[in-house]
Amino acid sequence: MPDCCQNAFAQDAFAQALRDPDAALPFGVISHNSDAPRKRFAVYRNNVMVGLVSALEARFPAARKIVGEDFFKGAAKVFAAAQPPRSPLMMFYGDGFPAFLAEFEPARDVPYLADVARLEAARTRAYHAADAQPLTPAALYTEALADLRFILQPSLEIVASDYPIVTIWAMNSGEMVLAPIMDWRGEDALVSRPSVDVEVRRLPPGAKTFLQSLAAGDSLGVAAASALAANTRFDLAANLAALFAGLAIDITNEPFEVPLP
Amino acid sequence: MRVSRLPLSAGAGFKPEHFAAISAAPQPIGFFEVHAENYMGAGGIPHAQLRFLRENYALSLHGIGLNIGSGEPLDRTHLARLKRLCNVYQPECFSEHLAWSSHGGFFLSDLLPLPYTEATLTSVIDHIDEAQSTLGRRLLLENPATYVRFAQSAIPETEFLQEIARATGCGLLLDVNNVFVSARNHDFDASTYLEAFPLDLVGEIHLAGHFKTTDDIGSPLCIDAHGSPIIADVFALFERVIARVGPLPTLIEWDNDVPEWPVLRAEALAAQRCLDLAKSRRAAPAAA
Repeated sequence: MPDCCQNAFAQDAFAQALRDPDAALPFGVISHNSDAPRKRFAVYRNNVMVGLVSALEARFPAARKIVGEDFFKGAAKVFAAAQPPRSPLMMFYGDGFPAFLAEFEPARDVPYLADVARLEAARTRAYHAADAQPLTPAALYTEALADLRFILQPSLEIVASDYPIVTIWAMNSGEMVLAPIMDWRGEDALVSRPSVDVEVRRLPPGAKTFLQSLAAGDSLGVAAASALAANTRFDLAANLAALFAGLAIDITNEPFEVPLP
Repeated sequence: MRVSRLPLSAGAGFKPEHFAAISAAPQPIGFFEVHAENYMGAGGIPHAQLRFLRENYALSLHGIGLNIGSGEPLDRTHLARLKRLCNVYQPECFSEHLAWSSHGGFFLSDLLPLPYTEATLTSVIDHIDEAQSTLGRRLLLENPATYVRFAQSAIPETEFLQEIARATGCGLLLDVNNVFVSARNHDFDASTYLEAFPLDLVGEIHLAGHFKTTDDIGSPLCIDAHGSPIIADVFALFERVIARVGPLPTLIEWDNDVPEWPVLRAEALAAQRCLDLAKSRRAAPAAA
């Protein structure tokens, strides 16, 4: 293996052995008192795993509360082994965790778990999203209303679910008292950070379509028509108020490029 | 010549859970240090808090993800993020580790050891050259705490660090707890190590807690956990370093099982008293 030893150091083998508890110790790893210091090497292996699991615990506290600490740790370890981080920005580690939970057989009895995790992942992204000043209604006076296009908060994300995930999340993150949910129906979560704090709200009827349409660059007229078509209970006045209560940061009457995700 | 622009006083590692206490009143703290990677999001509370620290205190940026000790090329994207952070916040000091933390496109979330050979020396020097020229500033390189050695190692760690600093012009960050931990783990004498350490190149000192366990054959093994107070033996080593070279910017790190702010502040004030003593000794004329 001439390539691996470019700096006389089998770094590939070291990295490999960190992931595999059964792997042989990497070449050259010794201690003053042993030629095979397995327990010492295991300190590194443990540091790596604890680092990844703690990052997931920090990012998904409500999911952890729902399934319990031991179950969560177990799931986090399987995920960390299968999808280790690619970036040193650990606050964003686990974007793939909700999709993993959706397919994780032992979590099958908790069908809403993945959606709650998606909501939590969106909250972290909103927490770290770019700062932006909310728009005020004064901006409206000079423009033809129906042709206006709104630039939305960079932190804004919608997590749609067939389960009451906003209620479940709120009950498992200290926002609401834990109680049986009588009205068990799908909820669309709006995750955003209008100023300092991340907010999670349940979207009213049609609002998902309305906001997604605006985010895609449609004019207010087109977005309102789509929302009304999607749900006849869509309330334009209330949704406009929400845009001016922090969701929108600018208006334009020109079509704009929607950045690729 | 000074190797860092931090004040010659005690600082504390910033933890967001302490923000309310820290921002409520001016603190007797010379500087705050943050992990650079935690501030690489676009905005929000982390940046608002960092702006507050920047406006009110000297600031040290401490990287944990640059991967200087790797045989692979540096991650240019990450280096660009660091550059942006340095440009925005203009920290008095930027430091990183003699360690690697990524490999094969994956982040390993730990500071991993490397053997000390001519080949690793060359690659570390190349990486620091690249980092310093991209960032447009000198960095401080921190001595590691390690749990294993490499049969390939041919250069003593102090010599390795000295040679890196000579070749790149970087300064050094002396982590006294790491010296104690490595000395215990590799059965060498910490004082002898410190005598060989090029103290004139040190721009900052780190102090932290560790915990003790045992290795494969029951010998003591110290783990650099940053989750407890500084032990008396480590503090004594620190006092001897300061007595020899005079006051240096000294940071208390406490990253796990983080206590209330007054506990961390008290650790910093203890280090400050040691620095004050060294200052007054230097100021006073030598006794006849």
